Amino acid sequence: MTTPLMTSFIEDFGSSLPRLLDGLQVSALLTGGGLTLGLPLALAAALAQMSSVRWLQAGAVVFVEVGRGAPALVLLQLAYFGLPNAGIVLPAVLSAITALSWTTAAYGAEYIRSGLAAVPNREIEGCQALGMNRRDTLRFVVVPQGLRIALPSLMGFAVMLFQATSLAYSVAVPELMSQAYSIGSSNFRYLNALVAAGLLYAAISIPTTWLSIGVERRMNRHA
Amino acid sequence: MEALRTVLLGLPMTLGVTAGALLIGTALALPLTLGLELRRGPVWFLCRVIVDLVRGVPPVAWLFILFYGVSVGAVRLSALSAGIGALGLVASAYLAEIFRGSLKSIHFGQAEAATALGLSRGAAWVDVIGPQAWRTALPAYTNYAIALLKDSSIVSIVGVAEIVSRSGQLSRTSDLGIFVFVLAGAVYVVLSILVASGSRRLHRRLHEAVAV
Repeated sequence: MTTPLMTSFIEDFGSSLPRLLDGLQVSALLTGGGLTLGLPLALAAALAQMSSVRWLQAGAVVFVEVGRGAPALVLLQLAYFGLPNAGIVLPAVLSAITALSWTTAAYGAEYIRSGLAAVPNREIEGCQALGMNRRDTLRFVVVPQGLRIALPSLMGFAVMLFQATSLAYSVAVPELMSQAYSIGSSNFRYLNALVAAGLLYAAISIPTTWLSIGVERRMNRHA
Repeated sequence: MEALRTVLLGLPMTLGVTAGALLIGTALALPLTLGLELRRGPVWFLCRVIVDLVRGVPPVAWLFILFYGVSVGAVRLSALSAGIGALGLVASAYLAEIFRGSLKSIHFGQAEAATALGLSRGAAWVDVIGPQAWRTALPAYTNYAIALLKDSSIVSIVGVAEIVSRSGQLSRTSDLGIFVFVLAGAVYVVLSILVASGSRRLHRRLHEAVAV
């Protein structure tokens, strides 16, 4: 295991780790920001799609379909180059969070919608029998259970979002990928820096994926 | 009008990258699926590690590793081949999981019946299990193809002249600005809808063929 290649990788890994961790922090910030802004929007979009108000429903469908249909990279570019055109000038990190929130809201809305749809009909009938109105039925019965059902898919999506933050490289956000690239371009050992970054992504993505599978199994146990 | 022309000029490249990656991904996914089906032993373990590791690293990172990191002597991969290679690699891991899931849905009685009829193991896979598994895998397969279509936009980062990279160029050199990206986004949305409706039709046809 002590081939020169391995030694060089381990040495480079050690010396570049501080900068890579700085990048990882930005990646985590993008993920956290995207989820914090995106998930409430996702719930709102899911509910709006079920609404009987025509324009609200249509608006939500367009919002979701565009958010899922257009590549995250296009949304990032749109936010980065587009928002200044509309007179909104944001730092690169914030414009990236805006774009990632849209992606989160659009995908999340679909997961939440199918979660809400999976709540058994007898629950709603029970509420009607108790004389609860539609709003309380949603708020106290359907939404809490639907969100629980959607949780594993949402966790899976969070991993995808974390990986998608690497796209922010293209809009000059100093996240993990761009740190790795700039380390590579300063010492010309691209492979070492990029593989190190890849391993850091994997070190977070893989356990989180296992966790989401575990949560899914646990919830199916009671189904 | 110029914007539409530019975006559509990138379309063949986008479709080509997607198709190339899907082809490589499918070809690599088949042996991986068989490896995962072993359920134990060193080959299974190796396949499991490959699938998890490939899925655990973002496509952009694979793209950069292949494009900047890998060189054979002084020869580096071109942007296009690194792009197709990276997306194909990632696709193989996701598709292997999709295929594994659809194999799980095939009742084991099918394999037993094939053995009872004296079919060889190869024939059982090719004529009995394969076609049925393919039918169940199709919706997930096309969903992945749509995701890949959108993911193919990342090759613009290393300068492959597909939709997003051409849009970016035009947006920087003209006064059209954001409009070009809106248009590019719209083209992707339309493409996704087309692929999805085509896949639904194919799915229906395949199911009519067995009539259950």
